[in-house]
Amino acid sequence: MKRTYKIEVDCANCALKMEDAAKKVEGVQDAAVSFMTQKMKVEFAEGADEDSVMQTVRKACKRVESDCEIYLV
Amino acid sequence: MTKKQRKVLYRILAAALLMAVLHFVPAEGYLRFVLYLIPYFIIGGDILKKAVLGIAHGEVFDENFLMAVATLGAMLLGVYNESQGRAGEFSEGVAVMLFYQIGELFQSVAVGKSRRNITALMDIRPDYANVENEDGSLEQADPDDVRIGTTIVVRPGEKIPIDGVVMQGTSTLNTSALTGESVPREVHDGQAVISGCVNLTGLLKIRTTKEFGESTVSKILDLVENSSMKKARAENFITKFARYYTPAVCYSALALAILPSAVNLLLGNSADWSVWIIRALTFLVISCPCALVISIPLSFFGGIGGASANGILVKGSNYLEALAKTRYVVFDKTGTLTKGVFQVTGIYPSGESGERLLECAACAESYSTHPIGRSIREAYGQEIGAERVTDVEEMGGHGVIACVDGLQVAAGSEKLMRRLGLGCPENTEAGTVVHVAIDGRYAGYILISDVIKEQSVQAVRALKGMGVKKTVMLTGDSRTAADCVAEKIGVDDVESELLPADKVEAVEKLLTEKAPGERLAFVGDGINDAPVLSRADIGVAMGALGSDAAIEAADIVLMDDNPMKLALAMRISRKCLRIVYENIVFALAVKAVCLFLGALGIANMWLAVFADVGVMVLAVLNAVRCLKVKPIK
Repeated sequence: MKRTYKIEVDCANCALKMEDAAKKVEGVQDAAVSFMTQKMKVEFAEGADEDSVMQTVRKACKRVESDCEIYLV
Repeated sequence: MTKKQRKVLYRILAAALLMAVLHFVPAEGYLRFVLYLIPYFIIGGDILKKAVLGIAHGEVFDENFLMAVATLGAMLLGVYNESQGRAGEFSEGVAVMLFYQIGELFQSVAVGKSRRNITALMDIRPDYANVENEDGSLEQADPDDVRIGTTIVVRPGEKIPIDGVVMQGTSTLNTSALTGESVPREVHDGQAVISGCVNLTGLLKIRTTKEFGESTVSKILDLVENSSMKKARAENFITKFARYYTPAVCYSALALAILPSAVNLLLGNSADWSVWIIRALTFLVISCPCALVISIPLSFFGGIGGASANGILVKGSNYLEALAKTRYVVFDKTGTLTKGVFQVTGIYPSGESGERLLECAACAESYSTHPIGRSIREAYGQEIGAERVTDVEEMGGHGVIACVDGLQVAAGSEKLMRRLGLGCPENTEAGTVVHVAIDGRYAGYILISDVIKEQSVQAVRALKGMGVKKTVMLTGDSRTAADCVAEKIGVDDVESELLPADKVEAVEKLLTEKAPGERLAFVGDGINDAPVLSRADIGVAMGALGSDAAIEAADIVLMDDNPMKLALAMRISRKCLRIVYENIVFALAVKAVCLFLGALGIANMWLAVFADVGVMVLAVLNAVRCLKVKPIK
């Protein structure tokens, strides 16, 4: 299951950090962040609860880059 | 400018103003330090906060950390000098932070602007659909909410929002948003139309056949938006590079701050702590890798954006990168180098006039549904009165015999002629030959073959000019037909009479032939060649307008069927890669020189700020050039 989220991030390096952080979250099979289109694509592991996983992803990203945002709608 | 950027701008202005005022304030000693702390925190507060947060979260060596350490260090050095009874210098630390922020702001505005430019270039998203209600009134709806089978109305000047079939109206469509070519296309009722085209002349009523999410426009948008997620090797290189580079620089700076002074102390000289610390701090400011980290993804994004504006969809930066290294290009024949339609390419009468020969053949074939019969009728181009043709007899696979204007006309293969007891010349040319006999006498033959696209010759030559070592044509066609086409187009090698599986084999053989750094591209029309497309390093589907399968299977999609677009795509990728390497070399070279000068004490903080921010800005401006694509003549 893949989904794309709109994000807000200021610099390319920060986008890379977010990508790394998102990949480490449990329930995330793979993640890719595009600074250019301001989008994050997340591939969820089988059986993962998307909403709760994304909450954790958002927190993890906020940790590495305090002023980033992921829009979860 | 976004809200965030404006806030930074105000902070920059406030800090700069305060600095100017402080310059004339006659405060001395520690009071000056405290006063300078005000603009320092105004301008650098968020950097300090991020640096602290970074350390707390185990992300130590980022650019915030570098800037925080460098500027704080410069401020504290001033305090140290004051404590030694010398006049401390506080403005430098604030100024460095100020310039760093100005540079960051400039970069964020420039990147944001080019990002929007590129996205606008690729934006073919329709804003609304005019849905026709049952009473005939129109209502504007979000394309997402329109269900399959809805009737929508597209007025001249509007985009077709959703794929569908024309129910009423005739018009011309501009497909340039999809193909990059502004050749108008005629449509009339009953024809399928795809979203993204702009309706030029007449009102069209369309019954939708797909949901918006499944429509061509959505598919293309999806593809382009996801393209920057597949990263090129050069991008990954920079990520890895930054991971080792920043810590390495930090430790070197630390060593630079401590070692020379320590050595001096051991040798009994004066330690000069402040001199070496300031050099170390300068070193830190110079070292920031931002120029690379930002400019490289931007270059690729610009290249992909420029390509898509020309009807070339690239599914990832990695493919754009690979395309620049392509040395082998394998073409499918039918539909790629040739038009894939049969046309009369030659009329060879014997006895009769050419026109008469064609007319008789067309009449005889007037009921035929076979593509060959159709192409003969097309070549004749005139209405054939039904009363002229009687007693039509199809000779299953050999041709047709009919009575035209009272004369018996036979049109068909050599076998048919033999059956009628007529001799005919040996077939030596490529293509299908239709022999014609009129009233029991052999009258000549008509040659029908697939037509080579006008741009094929040019495309192969252009690719050669760009350093492609070998061009190969694969086809399932007969050897004579293939060799003839290959010779006309000028490809180096040709393999004919291949089954789809043989094509994969042929490509695999070539893959083992090429050197490790070289790439092989396969160009097909996306029909039946999905296995080959995926087996090649780069699969290019051509003429993909309206073919979902081709869009899915390929790595690079040429929206129209002009093979020159491949040469254009290669030129774009070359330019993009060249800019990427320019930026890498330029940024690293400037940094290396400045680092060296900084360590020797020749470069001061000002030069350091240039080496960081200036290089970044130049690299970004260079990267934006990727977007510009010179059209191919």
